[in-house]
Amino acid sequence: MPTVTVDGREIEVPDGATVLQACELAGKEIPRFCYHERLSIAGNCRMCLVEVKPGPPKPQASCALPATEGQEIRTDSQMVKTAREGVMEFLLINHPLDCPICDQGGECDLQDQSMAYGRGGTRYRANKRAVTEKYMGPLIKTVMTRCIHCTRCVRFSEEIAGVDEIGAVGRGEDMQITTYLEHAAEHELSANVIDLCPVGALTSRPYAFEARPWELKKTLSIDVSDAVGANIRLDSRGREVMRALPRINDDVNEEWISDKARYQVDGLTRRRLDKVYMRKKGKLQPASWDEAFKAIAKQLKSDKSSIAAIAGDLVDCETMFAARALLNACGSGLLEGRQTGMDYDTSNLAAVNFNSTFAGIESADAILIVGSHVRWEAPLVNVRLRKAVKRGAKVFVVGPEWETTFPATFLGTDLAVLNDLPTEVAEVFDTADKPAVIVGGASLKGAHGKALALASGWGAEFNVLHTTAARMGSLMLGYARKGGIADIAEAAPRVLLALGADEMNYEPFADSLKVYIGHHGDKGAHAADIVLPAASYAEKDGTYVNTEGRVQFAEKAVFAPGDAREDWTILRALADALKVEVGFDSFVELQSAMIAAVPALGEEGLADYGELPKPDAKAKAEGSIDAYPIADFYLTNPIARASATMQRCSQELLHGEELAEAAE
Amino acid sequence: MADRNPAPDTPELRERWGAFAFTDENRARADRHIAKYPEGRQRSAVMPLLDLAQRQVGEETGTQGWLPLPVIEYVADYLDMPVIRVLEVASFYFMYNLVPVGKFHVQVCGTTPCMLRGSDDIIAACKKRGMVKGGVSEDGLWTLTEVECMGNCATAPMVQINDGNYEDLTPERLDAVLDALAAGEQPREGTQEPGRHTSEPSGGPTTLRDMVDANHDYRGEW
Repeated sequence: MPTVTVDGREIEVPDGATVLQACELAGKEIPRFCYHERLSIAGNCRMCLVEVKPGPPKPQASCALPATEGQEIRTDSQMVKTAREGVMEFLLINHPLDCPICDQGGECDLQDQSMAYGRGGTRYRANKRAVTEKYMGPLIKTVMTRCIHCTRCVRFSEEIAGVDEIGAVGRGEDMQITTYLEHAAEHELSANVIDLCPVGALTSRPYAFEARPWELKKTLSIDVSDAVGANIRLDSRGREVMRALPRINDDVNEEWISDKARYQVDGLTRRRLDKVYMRKKGKLQPASWDEAFKAIAKQLKSDKSSIAAIAGDLVDCETMFAARALLNACGSGLLEGRQTGMDYDTSNLAAVNFNSTFAGIESADAILIVGSHVRWEAPLVNVRLRKAVKRGAKVFVVGPEWETTFPATFLGTDLAVLNDLPTEVAEVFDTADKPAVIVGGASLKGAHGKALALASGWGAEFNVLHTTAARMGSLMLGYARKGGIADIAEAAPRVLLALGADEMNYEPFADSLKVYIGHHGDKGAHAADIVLPAASYAEKDGTYVNTEGRVQFAEKAVFAPGDAREDWTILRALADALKVEVGFDSFVELQSAMIAAVPALGEEGLADYGELPKPDAKAKAEGSIDAYPIADFYLTNPIARASATMQRCSQELLHGEELAEAAE
Repeated sequence: MADRNPAPDTPELRERWGAFAFTDENRARADRHIAKYPEGRQRSAVMPLLDLAQRQVGEETGTQGWLPLPVIEYVADYLDMPVIRVLEVASFYFMYNLVPVGKFHVQVCGTTPCMLRGSDDIIAACKKRGMVKGGVSEDGLWTLTEVECMGNCATAPMVQINDGNYEDLTPERLDAVLDALAAGEQPREGTQEPGRHTSEPSGGPTTLRDMVDANHDYRGEW
């Protein structure tokens, strides 16, 4: 713990801290462009100059200088100011003066810092350098003349994403940031370089020239595109969500979000259900709320309890609880959330939870992934796995091969391999200090019990990686029948409430009155008899539980379009139509009723599911994994499917080669 | 600076170089370079491998050699590293040619000492012979590049032609060298000044004169 003096104030800094970090600890703001907490140190922008004694009598780059005992650091001397002004002047020599037409304007590090260190005018009379734009795919717009060569994007793709595709070609004044032959950046986290870019060189292509940062209303929200529950900020203007940006949460998403989380928001304005529809003569026709509620009540006249609810992938806990309250009031318990027909045992939620926590999986030293395409199912968990591997963890995967971003050994698609692991694999886990097992959706049917037994045998942490934002919440609220969705089909309910259920098979419910309460005209609405327009995650307050059992609260950013209402109000009105009492009249009442029923949902943070169940030692894994549940990363939910950006990504990045061939 | 963009990625380029592979001899050399570095650090050998590849291309085309994109990709593949990292290296160092060059790559030093000693005349003499900067002359023999200091300031001006340095040049001496090269002969490398051996002071030693004939103990004179 060296003690250093920053501007006359003595402070103790942790071992291995840099001078820059020491200054931050002392509350001094150090301007910087290339330095970033989560990336390696480059030391090439020179903006963070400070004066350090003992040392050479010249300013030093604080980001790359280790803090040592007895250093005297000055951040406020004339020398520092002059030096930084010099650096800023050099940076601005070739930087175009196009802030008025630059999308970074208003949230630009260079713009902000030039307010403090920039000159009023330029002394440079020669020609400025100009660089051609580089194509980096459908998400990243480049204006490379603005680039100041901080190499944050290069370091991000190499270190965090693990897909080395951005590089600095050429040298000196001719250095240019580009991808190889200007291929599109093809990974699930590519758009994070937009946030990292301290200037306007890399900006968001779908959001280009849409809005200025100061016009936007910022709402804290939770991403629903996967089960990670990344913390996001929705920036909205008027009734439209303009963009989604990550918020920093070291336990969940650090400061990254997947491209889907970031860019599916343009789907919020397309293919929306904004009217009530009823199927008349085989066609969905606009109708009124009254008509719809009457039809539902009529269907339930003979037997009120013949009603079932299926929760979709994106719904919040409040909606699910409201539906549960409605069903219970009707005398039914036909609730299910696992749309694809899975029927794993949910008697103990710890057995279907990601118990390591995302931050915890980083320190695992041997990881067995069973049936999970982590890169697509949870890109941010993949980042954690990569960190673990960098620290020396060994990773083994059972399932079809996918392109990992770290060295991993694939053990084949046959789940039976778990019954008799190859000796060298078993040995790794036997000797590991902190092994972990991750079970994905593809193997929950065939290998859940065996994986649990293996984990307990090794003393390993047991994790289930879900793929949908609603999953853990729905399980906590009892949306699970013993036989899965087949149980519901068998009960043949007269009314089926589909709460944004778009991935399920509606065929077994041909005789039920299918009421779709959701926000997008997707598969569920196509199959429905009555469509009640509801709110998406951006248009309602709600509680979400991520796959590690972390309860998080999202706020309402905008109003739902047209006649669409928040889901709980629809269910509350339906309760009146059915003449039953659900016990809440406002969102607050609904929420407190929900918390009274499931106290864990009232506390933000990790829910406690208790001990893991005793594993069945005789459990056997069987079957083989032919495919992972996600066939197309960019089109996994109704919002993403409606999003033009996601469709373009899917076409270009996943099916680009096929399209090129078809064109030939 | 010459154009440092790689030659365009065309079907013709792919067809010509797509099947590039090290000869057995070069493969052995490459593996020897890789073996210098610890396990898992094989990408440290990227520079010697690019050089080997460039030389092999040179042998195949009868030129100094250059690095077509498929060859860069081959090296990346050989070292199991991302292509962009290899391209970064290849585009950084001037000694890797990213576009085709002639049989003789005439690199004229134009930095201050050489310039003061007449490198402008050398460049003019080159151009007079039909050389173009960054391109291949019509007869396919010459490529002219102006480079920064090659470390031969004591014998300025100088040119480097492929692997040989020719120093103490005048336009006439350069012509003699180039004529000899064009005729398939190998002119004497190093200084072209008659009577000069290497880069010793012209006109005899200026220091340690007593050491010229025999060993002399200077210690008493300090």
